[in-house]
Amino acid sequence: MKKFDKERVLLGLAAPLLAIVAAFLVTALVLAATGKEPFSAFGIMFDYGVKSDSQVYIINKATTYYLAGLAVAIGFRMNLFNIGVDGQYRLAAFFAAALGGALTLPGFLQIPLIIITAMIVGAMWAGIAGVLKVTRGVSEVVATIMLNMIATAIIGYLLQPGRLGHLDSAGTKVSTTPLPESARFFDFPTQPDPVWGFLIVAVLAGVAYWFTLSRTRFGFDLRTVGQSGSAAEASGVNVKRMVVTSMLISGAMAGLIGMPTLLNDSYEYSGDFPVGIGFTGIAIALLGRNHPVGIALGALLWGFLERGTGKLEFEGYDKEIVGVIQGVIVLCVVIAYEVVRRYGLKRQQRQVGEKLAAQARNSDNQEVSA
Amino acid sequence: MRRGTVHALVGENGAGKSTLMKILYGMQKPDEGTISVNGEPAVFHNPGDAIDRGIGMVHQHFMLADYLTVLENVVLGSEKLHGIGDKARQKIREISDAYGLGVRPDVLVEDLGVADRQRVEILKVLYRGARILILDEPTAVLVPQEVDALFDNLRELKAEGLTVIFISHKLGEVLSVADDITVIRRGTTVGSADPKTVTTKQLAELMVGSELPSPETRESTVTEVPMLTVDGLRLTATDPDGVVRAVLDGVSFTIHKGEVLGIAGVEGNGQSELVEAVMGMRVLDTGTVTLDGDDISRTPTRRRREAGIGVVPEDRHRHGLLLEAPLWENRILGHVSEKPNSKGAFLDLKAARADTERIVREYDVRTPGIEVTAASLSGGNQQKLIVGREMSHQPKLLIAAHPTRGVDVGAQAQIWDQIREARREGLAVLLISADLDELIGLSDTLRVMYRGRLVADADPASITPEELGSAMTGAATGHLEHPADSAPEDEAR
Repeated sequence: MKKFDKERVLLGLAAPLLAIVAAFLVTALVLAATGKEPFSAFGIMFDYGVKSDSQVYIINKATTYYLAGLAVAIGFRMNLFNIGVDGQYRLAAFFAAALGGALTLPGFLQIPLIIITAMIVGAMWAGIAGVLKVTRGVSEVVATIMLNMIATAIIGYLLQPGRLGHLDSAGTKVSTTPLPESARFFDFPTQPDPVWGFLIVAVLAGVAYWFTLSRTRFGFDLRTVGQSGSAAEASGVNVKRMVVTSMLISGAMAGLIGMPTLLNDSYEYSGDFPVGIGFTGIAIALLGRNHPVGIALGALLWGFLERGTGKLEFEGYDKEIVGVIQGVIVLCVVIAYEVVRRYGLKRQQRQVGEKLAAQARNSDNQEVSA
Repeated sequence: MRRGTVHALVGENGAGKSTLMKILYGMQKPDEGTISVNGEPAVFHNPGDAIDRGIGMVHQHFMLADYLTVLENVVLGSEKLHGIGDKARQKIREISDAYGLGVRPDVLVEDLGVADRQRVEILKVLYRGARILILDEPTAVLVPQEVDALFDNLRELKAEGLTVIFISHKLGEVLSVADDITVIRRGTTVGSADPKTVTTKQLAELMVGSELPSPETRESTVTEVPMLTVDGLRLTATDPDGVVRAVLDGVSFTIHKGEVLGIAGVEGNGQSELVEAVMGMRVLDTGTVTLDGDDISRTPTRRRREAGIGVVPEDRHRHGLLLEAPLWENRILGHVSEKPNSKGAFLDLKAARADTERIVREYDVRTPGIEVTAASLSGGNQQKLIVGREMSHQPKLLIAAHPTRGVDVGAQAQIWDQIREARREGLAVLLISADLDELIGLSDTLRVMYRGRLVADADPASITPEELGSAMTGAATGHLEHPADSAPEDEAR
């Protein structure tokens, strides 16, 4: 039986590798078409990407991306497409920042309070889409896209002086009141820049994700719904409740996405708080096959690509090229997974057939000889 | 295969019948070997190639669009042949008359019964110029009277020089309609038989190398203790047109410990809804369901299953399995909250795997191991896994919907034995089946369901499949007595 497992792992790795190789080939063609030499570009990206300050940058970026990937993956495992991770994390980070700036408590109280606030806000925002889906049959895709827009508008309205916003001393930037020193998350004192301590929380979230899905009854029910809603219902899962619950969890996870930036870097929510990470999360969850380790690798790759492009810009390349690589990777991944999945299923069916036929022949021979 | 004959292909499930048919219809490619049509070697890359060579397939599950008319369904995809208007209508009438199909081109498919839909499927294939027809288990969904009518159609087709390949599990039917019989086992032809001389018993032995199992239950184990009582069940559903219709109405019955209650009925008369109502997947409008003295009318599905309801679902792919999950995960499905699958809120993967191994062993599930996906098993082995799983939790009530559908003769006997065995130990069984022999053979009590109501009851000891069949079409109600003379039935024909 071990043999089957090994093949499954091989097949599992084949898809992302295939996709990344294909993506680089396509990108090389695009680069060549713009009149640039493609391989030196890859060389520049790689050389720059492995420098020690780049490593820190990539790990810090990946922490954020990893949480985004997990948030999206929870939905995917349920067959729910939570496009609203983007709005959920921004709204969550905004309210958490506003609350954190207004309070001055000891760090061991304030930091958890900020994190929990973010998770609750994210969960509530995602929960709206879940409730709409089970009560009114509204597609979660449409609902979450709309909620993203509404989130943007709400933040825009509240982030103004006199409301929850605060004009800085130079009078140029509006942000939430900066968090007090005590509310800052610890750093790993690495050189030249520190690695964000929130990395620990991201790792814990990954472990919790893996354990819940593969080792608990709840996780089994969740995966069952994702694989076959009808079978789940017949097996006794309350599918509607499961939809709402998993949207809440996905939203709570989304609430964490803004935390590394807020608690380890910006300490406030302003107009230049990172946006669009929810969509990056979709790509990363796809890339990582919804697997906690896969998502981590996807997040690191994403960070690496972004770091590499910064450098490309200085070397006279168009920075848009990374957008092309990223887009092509996602496209290739989706195609490669489907191809490999179908191939794997067919291959297994054939192997089972062959094995059974062999068993049958053996027993026939035995009967004959006996 | 000779032209102008009905050639039957029989074999156990997983013997390779479906694979062979898929190859003939161009849906799958052979590794070796050749196919010749009319003496010429042929290679099929897709169903289109097969259609070009005059091969047509009537699938077990109909491929018709309900809201289109017969005409529209027939021309769909082959608009180029005779257009979509009067010429096509004319052609359909011609074919229908030539083979005695009695198809009316302008009726909505939605309004047709199962037998009529099947004739539309046959016509669809003929319309595309097929000279060789493949029928995959065409009688599975028909009542005996309809089967006879279908066989008349087949004889008509044969008389016109068409060739029919007929796949069936029901050996009696094979003998009555086929001119030649080929038996396959484990992917190879093991013999052919002449239907004029061979008996069903000999045929079955060819297929499995064992005796034909009989569903007959020997001694009655019915007790006086009610296990499941369903009283005044009414269930309404909104159909696609927005009209609220009662799909179950006034359904009442009691199953005692050790009793098998068989529900006969043409599919789509409320049997699926009844199963879902007892399982708790539907909210009842009125009525109560009582299991072993406890009112479970409002209890959620999971609690009902924990309370001892085992289910062998009608559609195992939709309701009984996670096709892309390994066998051991499928063993957990439906019983995630019970031992040995979990301890508290956590799964016990080790115990679940070990118990899957046991089920595979005890229920003779043919598989190379428990890590393969459920989709890689043949239908019969999937079913054995499901039966094994449900029986492993000592159910008080087993809901068995078509428990042996698409299951080979060997597995069928096993499943019947297991139901009998459990019944002896006080299991109550709600049996729903389209196989009337199975119903009559296994049940202690028989009820007939028609348009959501239980319209007739019968004693399985004396009833015949034909009598049951006429009640299933709504022609007879009340208590079905064995008629003293068969005069009324003759008139009906």
